[in-house]
Amino acid sequence: MGYHLNFGVVWRNFDLLLSGLALGLGLAVVAIFIGCWIGLAAAFAMNSKHATWRRIASGYVTVFRNLPPYFLIVFAYFVLPRLGLTFGKIETFIVTLAIYGGAYLTEVFRGALLALPRGLREAGLAIGLTEWQTKAWLIIPVMLRNAFPSLGNNFISLFKDTSLAAAIAVPELTFYARKINTETFRVIEIWLVASLMYVAACYLIAAGLRFFERRLAIPR
Amino acid sequence: MFEQGTFLYELWVSRWALLQGVGATVLISLLAILLGTILGVFVGLVLVYGRWASRFVVRMYVDFVRGTPVFVLVLASYYLLTQIGIQLTAFQAGLVALVVFCSTHVGENLRGALQSLPRGQTEAAKAIGLTFPQLFVYVLAPQALRQALPAWINTATEMVKASTLLSVISVAELMLATKQIVARNFMTLEFYLLAGLIYFLINYAIERAAKAAERRVALPS
Amino acid sequence: MAQPILQIENLHKKFKDIEVLKGVDLALDTGDVVSIIGSSGSGKTTLLRCVNMLEEFHQGRILIDGEEIGYSGPQHKAKRESEIARQRAMTGMVFQQFNLFPHMTAQRNVTLGLTKVKKLPADEANAIAEKWLARVGLKDRRDHYPGQLSGGQQQRVAIARAVAMNPKVMLFDEVTSALDPELVNEVLSVIQDLATEGMTMLLVTHEMKFAFEVSDRVVFMNQGRIEEEGPPEELFRKPKSQRLAEFLKSSKF
Repeated sequence: MGYHLNFGVVWRNFDLLLSGLALGLGLAVVAIFIGCWIGLAAAFAMNSKHATWRRIASGYVTVFRNLPPYFLIVFAYFVLPRLGLTFGKIETFIVTLAIYGGAYLTEVFRGALLALPRGLREAGLAIGLTEWQTKAWLIIPVMLRNAFPSLGNNFISLFKDTSLAAAIAVPELTFYARKINTETFRVIEIWLVASLMYVAACYLIAAGLRFFERRLAIPR
Repeated sequence: MFEQGTFLYELWVSRWALLQGVGATVLISLLAILLGTILGVFVGLVLVYGRWASRFVVRMYVDFVRGTPVFVLVLASYYLLTQIGIQLTAFQAGLVALVVFCSTHVGENLRGALQSLPRGQTEAAKAIGLTFPQLFVYVLAPQALRQALPAWINTATEMVKASTLLSVISVAELMLATKQIVARNFMTLEFYLLAGLIYFLINYAIERAAKAAERRVALPS
Repeated sequence: MAQPILQIENLHKKFKDIEVLKGVDLALDTGDVVSIIGSSGSGKTTLLRCVNMLEEFHQGRILIDGEEIGYSGPQHKAKRESEIARQRAMTGMVFQQFNLFPHMTAQRNVTLGLTKVKKLPADEANAIAEKWLARVGLKDRRDHYPGQLSGGQQQRVAIARAVAMNPKVMLFDEVTSALDPELVNEVLSVIQDLATEGMTMLLVTHEMKFAFEVSDRVVFMNQGRIEEEGPPEELFRKPKSQRLAEFLKSSKF
């Protein structure tokens, strides 16, 4: 084969790769933050008394869970400008990822809402809290604790999906990996390192999440 | 209706390109799911029943692949396998990446399903004198497969979604076909909406088929 | 005197470094019904599970109808898996958690062993299954799945599943502990019928009254040893050991 491994090229560009990884993390954090609000709203909508809200939320979930995220990104970046909706690359990507992730998060929150003890809302109302107050102080805190493991998994998924930003030339890890690959042809080294960086990042995120889960847990 | 310049006219003109794109998407997804499931069953069995050394190797394989984004797997596979050594086509390289990706998901799901079965099932089967191969085939596998079905359907839709990434390595599936058609007739919105509809319908059909299958194999209670 | 159908000789078993069975000797003749009582941790369930090799043991012998179970020879060499499977079919076990196969009907739960282990033809297996399901009072439920049956019904199917294999010894592991109180009697009466018909049975149980009524002999285990053994009238009315007396008092017998 005549291929000699030479990691030097990769190490020289390591700071670039690392910055790409950090950007990816940043994109994921903002996306999940926005996505959580969307997901919470949709989850409550799916539980609402009004059929219209239920149908809208349900439709949103069904549509966006069945569409490829890459398709959505291409659509948002290449098609929407034709309608006059042009935004920056990063903004477009984050919002698209948030809307995509929100569909999954809706299911997470909906499940967590259903798992709530029934009397919780009524106990809140019984001491005189309004619906909004019971939601804010009782329902959402308990529900978030229930949802935490699934939320964590979704975050890791979303983080991996930030690699798609490379397709619209956002300077995250995969973009740099591809750039270095085409410039230096150190195929094995660069993809091995890029992959390991993602794996390590996911592992660290998972470990961090487990730590927080224990700290947040209600003592029993 | 079929006047030049309308969407329907352009649709008719590009019908073959579109059909080929859809066909390629379906072919890629089917192959990826099929081969990925076969490999994945093997992966799952090793994870549950393998010797320490095999379990370790397969565990590393699964954790490495699952921690890597699909996009990276596809790109890596493309650059590695089309330029060095083996010299596969872009289609083949992309397929390899998807099969590997699918196998780790199927393997993990199967492992989870098998390990969630109560120990009492194995014990009761042993108590009536069944050997391990017998109790695996008649008692464990049927229950594990029922358990793993929803997750497997989810993996199947993920494979359809992942097929879109092959457009980046120039495989002529639906995304790339749409891009090429639009480059000619500039009806960006219409054709991309069409592509989106097609992807939605494929995945939605899989979802519905899955629900029906789940109901059919469900145990009466 | 005829050879005992079940012979346990000097049985020792360790879990990691803790010895849970410290030299148990027990013999059952054909038709004997023996109940094992004792507090949790006394080793009674472990002893039962050694008989059908669901637990391994490192010292001692177990013989069923003269055949050495699980291990051979003075070196205590383990038998092959297929051999052990064959030997397991000589006993029948009923579990506390029933452990019915949820994806099979009651009938199929019973015929599985008959067709796959005993290699009986389908119609013979079905006939046997129907007979035993009728005997436990569930003839009209034989096409039901475990999920459609109550706890007591499931346990009766489990008994039919074990007995249909025509075992030499029946092993019952606290079979009523997981049942709601009102379902316990239907299971106990099935066991009583089997005992009356001469089935050799070894029962681990908490049901003291039942043990008193059905057993030929009762064994009291404590900390991995048999502390006292004898006919129920003796053991329950005139316990010799202090711990047995305390145990009986706390069980409110």
